[in-house]
Amino acid sequence: MDSILAILAVLDGLSYAALVFLVSVGLSLIFGVLRIVNIAHGSLFAYGAYAAASLGMAVAPISPWLTFPAMVVAAVLVGVIVGGLMERLVLRPVYGREEVLQLLVTFAVFMILDNVQRLIWGVQPIFAAEPLRLLPNISVMGVTYTSYQVILLPAVAVLTLVLLRYFLRHTRAGAIIMAVTEDREAATSIGIDATQVFFLTFVIGASLAALGGALASPTTSLAPGMGTGMIVLSFAVAATAGLGQIEGAAVTSLMIGLARAFIIYIQPEFEVLVPYLIMVLVLLVRPMGLFGTTRVRKI
Amino acid sequence: MSAPSGTTHRFAPPRWAVLACVLIAAIAPLLQPSLATLMTLILAKGIVVLGIVVLLQAGQVSFGHAMFFGVGAYAIAFWGKYIGGGDLLLFILIGPIAGLILGVIVGLFVVRYREIFFGMLNLAFSMVLWSLLEKMFHITNGADGIRIARPALAGISFSPEAFQYVLLYTTLTLVLITSYLVQRYLDSPLGHMLRAIKSNETRLEYLGVSARHVLLIGYAVSAALGGLGGVLVGIAQQIATPEFAYWTKSGEFVFIAVLGGASNALGAFLGSAVFEFVRFFAAAKLANTWQLILGVVLIVIILFAPGGLIGLLKRKEAK
Repeated sequence: MDSILAILAVLDGLSYAALVFLVSVGLSLIFGVLRIVNIAHGSLFAYGAYAAASLGMAVAPISPWLTFPAMVVAAVLVGVIVGGLMERLVLRPVYGREEVLQLLVTFAVFMILDNVQRLIWGVQPIFAAEPLRLLPNISVMGVTYTSYQVILLPAVAVLTLVLLRYFLRHTRAGAIIMAVTEDREAATSIGIDATQVFFLTFVIGASLAALGGALASPTTSLAPGMGTGMIVLSFAVAATAGLGQIEGAAVTSLMIGLARAFIIYIQPEFEVLVPYLIMVLVLLVRPMGLFGTTRVRKI
Repeated sequence: MSAPSGTTHRFAPPRWAVLACVLIAAIAPLLQPSLATLMTLILAKGIVVLGIVVLLQAGQVSFGHAMFFGVGAYAIAFWGKYIGGGDLLLFILIGPIAGLILGVIVGLFVVRYREIFFGMLNLAFSMVLWSLLEKMFHITNGADGIRIARPALAGISFSPEAFQYVLLYTTLTLVLITSYLVQRYLDSPLGHMLRAIKSNETRLEYLGVSARHVLLIGYAVSAALGGLGGVLVGIAQQIATPEFAYWTKSGEFVFIAVLGGASNALGAFLGSAVFEFVRFFAAAKLANTWQLILGVVLIVIILFAPGGLIGLLKRKEAK
């Protein structure tokens, strides 16, 4: 493989890893606090994409540049409305119930959201590539790239990581979330309202998934099923990193994104296999994930 | 024994209920021929769900069980494609054996983990299988899948109309055999040990029992059931596609198990019947809303009737 292909693969991998990171870090954050694996997480990704496309089309006649803030607004709307409703109506009643049931209610939500999405946006693919065309193309070693994919996406991902770190380590709300992640019982016993923390965390995690979808919307066609593949992929990243590990999710996204990009250039048919293979191999050796800490077995 | 939410609290299904269900499954399709294939699918998927129920006894949920379902269907699809011919009696042996072999291999890895890690690792294995089925185009025909020709039974060929009944009654017989064997297994010391993994695994090990070993046996049993179900569904639908092994299929099986109630074999089939009926009738009229309906039903069941359909029956018995 020559150096040009290698650079192409790295750039592809970077922009893909940025999207995967946004989705999986939300999943990981939610698991860290609520101890629930949200199967509907991929649906939030899809809703983010569709909402960004719809909102973008509405504001584009005013100024095409408004499509960028529209993405962020769409992501927050989806996070607060869909995520908030889901936490309040469906998750809250099952806190403390069996793990199987908690997992299954999110599966039920996944089924519901999938159908509602078809009812709202139909089954015909939607294209919303406007933002992609607004930003200039850049040329890397003779190959043209959209700066949207190689600069904007990774920049947003890095910014998200930095902000999330700052929020969790240096603000009061973040410290409370960290405390609940660390030891839920101790945190509640010193007067932390776990219910509020759960709600806040879920909305943030859901917004991150939706932001991933919103940013992905110009680069792909929006169609039913777009969230279904994303959910397992973000599972794979979150589990490989260790559930609840935020920096770990960033490193793993990068790893899986790059591995996938290189495989596409070498052996394209095994593209989908890569993340799952990495996941199996890592979990077999370190079931708690690459960055997870060992849980002491309770007797 | 106390089970807080009752998903695995076992009780023998009332005889009248079992008898009524078997009679309905056997007779209704005779009166209404269009029901024959639907009933076969219900029963065949119920066999897979029975496998999920076995694992639920140990408190473990596999979000990758469709891999065994897929392997069963592909085993006979490959047989038809590369060897040719085949007989229903042979196929219903190949499926469980294929499931069993894969189940022991995967099981050796996954039984070391519990709960979320167990579920995740199962999911990962099933997705590896799915992507192989999808991408090894020259062997598996990729997303198009492989057609499964209608097999003969003990050398006798049937017309399509007659065959759907042959398949139905073969499936019904297999349902009765597997349900009986699973109930016997769960009532045996081995089955009690399996349930001890859920209630107190450490205590089980203090008794000198290897929990991994006990779980591996349960896992292998459940994988074999998955393979058998895959064969029957594959024959009924005359095709094996990668979708058979996709994670949403796995979710569907866990869904049906909780819908029916995981306390005995009958629950698996009741759940399967409700699920397939809703899908069959809603899909025809409301193509884009049948999942929505099922999703709402599932949430209502989980929130208000944690024992599943069979739990409602149990509550009625208790009165």
